[in-house]
Amino acid sequence: MPIQLKRLLILGVVLVSIFLILKYLMTPESFGQYGHYRGKALDEVAAYPTKYVGSETCYDCHDSIVLAKSEGPHSGIGCESCHGPGFKHIEDPETEKLDKPNTRAFCAHCHAFNKARSEKAITQQNILEHNPEDNCTECHNPHQPQQ
Amino acid sequence: MKVAKENQSRRSFLKNAGMSVGALLVTSALPPFNAILFAANKPKGKGIWYGIAIDIEKCIGCGNCAKTCKTENDVPPEPFFFRSWVEQYTIKNDGTIKVESPNGGIDGFTQSVPDGEIEKSFFVPKMCNHCAKSPCVQVCPVGATFESPEGVVLVDDTYCIGCRYCVQACPYGCRYIHPTKNVVDKCTLCYHRLKKGLNPACMENCPTKARISGDLNDPESEVSKFIKTKNVYVLKPHLNTGSKLYYNALNQEVR
Amino acid sequence: MNPQFEHLYQALTKVDGYIYPNEIELSWSILIVLYPFITGLVAGAFILASLERVFNVKSLKPTYVIALLTAFAFMLVATMPLIFHLGQPLRFWEIMITPHLTSAMAIFGFVYLWYLMVVLLLEIWFDYRADMVVWSKEATGLKKWLYKIFSLGISDVSPESRRWDDKLGYIVTVIGIPSAFLLHGYVGFIFGSIKANPWWSTVMMPVIFLFSAMVSGIALVMLVFMIVNYIRKQKIDMLCLDTIAKYLFYIIIIDFTLESLDQIHRFYEAEESFEIISLLMSGKLFVTLLIFQVLIGMIIPVISLGTMQFYKPKEKIRQGIYLVTGILVLVGIFFMRWNVVIGGQLFSKSFYGFTSFKLALIGPEGFLMASIWLIIPFLILAFLLWLFPPWKKTQEEHVSVE
Repeated sequence: MPIQLKRLLILGVVLVSIFLILKYLMTPESFGQYGHYRGKALDEVAAYPTKYVGSETCYDCHDSIVLAKSEGPHSGIGCESCHGPGFKHIEDPETEKLDKPNTRAFCAHCHAFNKARSEKAITQQNILEHNPEDNCTECHNPHQPQQ
Repeated sequence: MKVAKENQSRRSFLKNAGMSVGALLVTSALPPFNAILFAANKPKGKGIWYGIAIDIEKCIGCGNCAKTCKTENDVPPEPFFFRSWVEQYTIKNDGTIKVESPNGGIDGFTQSVPDGEIEKSFFVPKMCNHCAKSPCVQVCPVGATFESPEGVVLVDDTYCIGCRYCVQACPYGCRYIHPTKNVVDKCTLCYHRLKKGLNPACMENCPTKARISGDLNDPESEVSKFIKTKNVYVLKPHLNTGSKLYYNALNQEVR
Repeated sequence: MNPQFEHLYQALTKVDGYIYPNEIELSWSILIVLYPFITGLVAGAFILASLERVFNVKSLKPTYVIALLTAFAFMLVATMPLIFHLGQPLRFWEIMITPHLTSAMAIFGFVYLWYLMVVLLLEIWFDYRADMVVWSKEATGLKKWLYKIFSLGISDVSPESRRWDDKLGYIVTVIGIPSAFLLHGYVGFIFGSIKANPWWSTVMMPVIFLFSAMVSGIALVMLVFMIVNYIRKQKIDMLCLDTIAKYLFYIIIIDFTLESLDQIHRFYEAEESFEIISLLMSGKLFVTLLIFQVLIGMIIPVISLGTMQFYKPKEKIRQGIYLVTGILVLVGIFFMRWNVVIGGQLFSKSFYGFTSFKLALIGPEGFLMASIWLIIPFLILAFLLWLFPPWKKTQEEHVSVE
């Protein structure tokens, strides 16, 4: 075997070994546990904090409102759909207050006339003409809006 | 005689050794070629296998899903980053199609086409399809995006190199580069909520229950029943992404 | 407003029709245009070198080493734009440590290393080994040490060892041709395998990339060959130059045919995406596609090089024509990459609209940075020519290998 081939082979073996050692050392610990990814990543994603706590949690304190709502057309809507996420409020109910949206624009998100909304799916109003001076909540109780 | 016999046994040994080395080489050379079989393989899901169903007839375009998604998952508030958004399709009498999604629908929709010109109009909520043969998982060069054992497509943000190949490969535009983390970000189907037994935030806060998710392997789950009883369709079925987001009443104009 | 997002708000006002909200910013910018461009130059330059060695085109002899060194200089830089466009450049090693084999991009890391380490480096090494031994005795200082290290401590310059150099170099070249095809075919596959994008997703993509790579590489070597001779005030070997131009001419024609075939097929089948793509070609890509890529990069060179095939004006005029044509071809191929990479992201995957792209001047993805990545290979080439001057090589002829 010529000397150049010998030296190159040695060099090649050294480089490949370095690569294999690096591959062994640098591959993350849980890699390949379930598939071609870091198995621990599953737990890391799962550990993300939740912000929306669910209406059941609201019921613990605000039972009368939740019960009142459950009789009207808004019964299927979660509290946090309008009031926003409750994760801070349940930690510190006195200072961390939730939104009480009462603007016409807010109600219009669902109830303004739009051809794209199915008439079956939702009650719609022409918000430019229907008592344009007043806030919706002056006539409609948002928790029992049929009144 | 003895020599000949020895030779023979040596020959058969060499033959055997040669064959086993050959077999080893062939089998060890095969996996790289299996790599081309990603989308050709059958999806594997055993156990719980998440799918999503969205009822377009029920969607009223309030944008609550898009809004709560941003809050729950700390998605940057700017209108260029969405894990979930709503599109308003308006098909005019002259056949032209107008699609809009101002700020992903978070601020609500107004109809920009006069009622008289509208033939048909509807909302289409969009989110990650959690494909069973995800093109994005297929192209990730390092294994930073992957399908969880439950069929949820996730991103390992400590491992993603930010090459954006998956952004190119997603036919549904569901991925974006997080402006501060500099890695890719996408819908996790609120994996952190699913694991705690909660619904994904967008579904929890949908006022008309137009979107649901659940176990496709359980024939009694709400999703399985939805798929069985309605005319469901997935987006871009010709791409064979194995999408697990099933729409009821999806129009052919939706892409 | 956060200035980080200013360009995005600006782009938002320029959206045409409907695009998915995440599609406003292009994911791949100028750096990813450079990557196939530079890799193409490498593959093309190498294939020109192989023409001389394997296919025994004697008249190309003066360009052999220049082509190899050019390929090597560009190869060293080829991955830099890639790494610098990453959101997390320091994590680039993951692509080698845990390559996801279903990803064309992961395989590219190994194809690249194979090509750089096993093919290009070895071929150059075998070609220069004996010379380096000789030079290490004559040179002083840094050069001496570099030669000693690069020759791996081998001092044998016997005819026997030189024959081995030649024989092994030949074998590497033979391996190198399919490797060069693999390298650039793979770059094409990275784009061609994205089924979500109809502008990219075509089986022709690797083939087109390969032939456009050969076009650009040959044009580059032709220019480098002329410039090196101008600088050294040497008379240019016109037979050699005419031969390069002849090969360039034929390969442009093949490339042009393949690209036309791809477009004709697209128009003839007129699939779902046809409308948005025809709008793209007649609108946002009109100048870069029809003017720069097709007219400047293909039609004019085909006419000028074609004319040279049967009408040969004076040497000076011919050199001028080759010089201009070479530059036009490089500009054309650059815009071919541009049209693939940028063009493929301008239209929405909803097929309902377009976003816009404006190349920034500064910043890591800006024009200046891109220019730097194109200038560096020439500096490396100048260094290589200083360290390994082809004109000082002792061994002129390859020993013929039977």
